[in-house]
Amino acid sequence: MAKPLIKVPPTAKKGEIIEIKTLIAHPMETGYRAGLNGATLPRDIIRRFVCSLDGEEIFSADFSPAIAANPFLSFFTRIEKSGSITFQWTGDNGFSVSETVEISVS
Amino acid sequence: MPMPRPSASTTYEKSRTSTRHPLALTIILSTALLALSPAQAANLTDNRRSGYAFMGPPLRAMQDDDMTNPASLWQRDGETLWAEPIGEAGRSCADCHGDAASSMRGVAARYPAFDRTMNRPIDLEQRINHCRTAYQKAGPLAFESHDLLALSTHVARQSRGLPIAIENSKALHPFLAMGRSLFHERQGQLNLSCAQCHDDNAGRSLGGATIPQAHPTGYPLYRLEWQGVGSLQRRLRNCMSGMRAAPYAFGAEAFVDLELYLMWRANGMPMESPAVRP
Repeated sequence: MAKPLIKVPPTAKKGEIIEIKTLIAHPMETGYRAGLNGATLPRDIIRRFVCSLDGEEIFSADFSPAIAANPFLSFFTRIEKSGSITFQWTGDNGFSVSETVEISVS
Repeated sequence: MPMPRPSASTTYEKSRTSTRHPLALTIILSTALLALSPAQAANLTDNRRSGYAFMGPPLRAMQDDDMTNPASLWQRDGETLWAEPIGEAGRSCADCHGDAASSMRGVAARYPAFDRTMNRPIDLEQRINHCRTAYQKAGPLAFESHDLLALSTHVARQSRGLPIAIENSKALHPFLAMGRSLFHERQGQLNLSCAQCHDDNAGRSLGGATIPQAHPTGYPLYRLEWQGVGSLQRRLRNCMSGMRAAPYAFGAEAFVDLELYLMWRANGMPMESPAVRP
């Protein structure tokens, strides 16, 4: 599947509150649904999302089976310094996707 | 049949306007008209409405922004596939067509289109598969497979905002007539035709959902119910099983005729692909 879509302003002023948006492709199979043959489909979800700036966590979320497929997240943070913003999604069946975006703060 | 709508809203309008001076109403109406864009003003005589018009603001916003429209994920995959050499010919879509942004602009708005080799109209998915088998010497992609949806989403995205333009050619007429008759034909255990819902009862409710006018302006589209992108044929199969009729197979000629009729019926309406629908 496609790389996740990430929207971070490329530049910001020191102390500014910025909005970060992410969209990732994932089936988010709940583990409660029956498949075509009647057998329960095994759970396959993203379990955790972590966003950090130069290794320091700025936002994280635990996902549950009730979250829709292809989850979209939007959150705000006060940005104080330039650096690399890392996005990490981890989940069932060894799912792990990581992306990095640079932001320059003046 | 759905119950007739209560007339509460009309009596409310009457009591409201009767307390105002007639001139005041004229001024309100004319300022409302002035605030309309030319496209919206033209719509005053055109009663056709896209399914978009029946959605709430959050879903509209989700569709309009590529960042929140989950079909972007498919479109991006399509963009990658577009440039990948495949098949015995070792050719990519881009090797012949170049940049999709220019070469595919307006293409999806013209499909289904008449194909001389098959002597009948074919839809966008069939066109992509025809290219794969004839020119790339690769096998056709299965209907509703991720790769075919990704490619058709990428191609259709290049027509966003352009008017649907089904060609008025004599060769298409018999297929349009067939599509029209399928649209009006009662079928299934519920003995319903497409027209009974989408022409006669559009805008009213079927269960919790609003019945749209069945203009295929945004396919392939991301449907929340599917949690994924699907083609117009998948949507038509949904409706058919809802009527408790046996759905045609994917790629059936009857489906393409019906798609052709629906697109012709929506001629001139702007493409929204990839749309978002509930």
